[in-house]
Amino acid sequence: MEMIYIAAAIMMGLGGMGAAIGVGILGGKLIEGSARQPELASRLQGTFFLGAGLVDAIPIIGVGIAMYLIFVVAG
Amino acid sequence: MAAAGQEQTVSDYIVHHLTNLTYGKLPEGFERYDGETVAAGGQWTFAHGADEIAAMGFNAIHVDSLGWSIGLGVIFCALFRWVAVRASADTPSGLINFVEMVVEFIDTQVKDTFHGNNKLIAPLSLTIFVWVFLMNLMDLIPVDVVPELMLMAGVEYQKIVPSTDPNITMGMAIGVFALMLFYSIKVKGFGFVKELTMNPFNHWAFIPVNLFMEVVGLLAKPFSLGLRLFGNMYAGEMIFILIAALFSAGIVWLLPAALLQIGWAIFHILVITLQAFIFMVLTIVYLSMAHEDH
Repeated sequence: MEMIYIAAAIMMGLGGMGAAIGVGILGGKLIEGSARQPELASRLQGTFFLGAGLVDAIPIIGVGIAMYLIFVVAG
Repeated sequence: MAAAGQEQTVSDYIVHHLTNLTYGKLPEGFERYDGETVAAGGQWTFAHGADEIAAMGFNAIHVDSLGWSIGLGVIFCALFRWVAVRASADTPSGLINFVEMVVEFIDTQVKDTFHGNNKLIAPLSLTIFVWVFLMNLMDLIPVDVVPELMLMAGVEYQKIVPSTDPNITMGMAIGVFALMLFYSIKVKGFGFVKELTMNPFNHWAFIPVNLFMEVVGLLAKPFSLGLRLFGNMYAGEMIFILIAALFSAGIVWLLPAALLQIGWAIFHILVITLQAFIFMVLTIVYLSMAHEDH
């Protein structure tokens, strides 16, 4: 039963890493773009949030499944 | 599952809040939690635990998810219809102004993203956005409020956030997928089959390879659409339940747990709106791709 906890931890950890790197790159591009063209800043911000939501999709699905494993499957 | 008379453990609390109210047919001879064996011919009843839910199989219905999602849809339609009847050229105020803002927002979004000619897309986007937003909004109601009220009325399980039920989110995604296929075939005709079999390698010998890759890409769209919303809402609700379970750890934890709940709820407001917006934008994008006729 202990392997389930390790599996859930790996799922959450790797997913978190991927999400952090992805959103970090997106955020960096947002700051860069806003510095080049401040008048587009609000449009860029909207696109940033859209992109962040898409990048987050698989990691969050992983977190949901991992928590299901920890609390429902492993009792 | 806690036996009658024993105290509920934290695990039981969490599992209880993650269980839907399921109505289905128990097979004949199945032994229920109160010791009774199901009579011949099976019995249609509400499930009392995980084993019974598993025994009910595919034809079981999540009554709470269906009830809340349909109820919220009716509220959305009634509210917007009430406003639409009263809208006029005068300066709007209050609720009418707010609804107009929402409709205008959706309208701009569709105009920017959809490159076809279809009267269905804007109302569809409005419905998806407001309906998903309302369903997600139920997550902000404190975890125990409605289930405890329902327990007093005799209903054992209640999950009030329909979008935490993968059936609801995947159902919506499958609906969008059906529309994608319908419009692809309607607008492109045989070109749709050509698109699936001749991209990216434009040679008749590569048709199986192309077909495999294109079908995987095509199926990934509704899957990711439905599971993205489900994953976000399920994880959010799970954290709400975990913080709520913290309340039972002792007097000293009451204030920290309350602050955590408030903090997470405020962050969750962003997630709710964002996920509804993403579902809507992706629907528009997929349907726009279906209408693309080169």
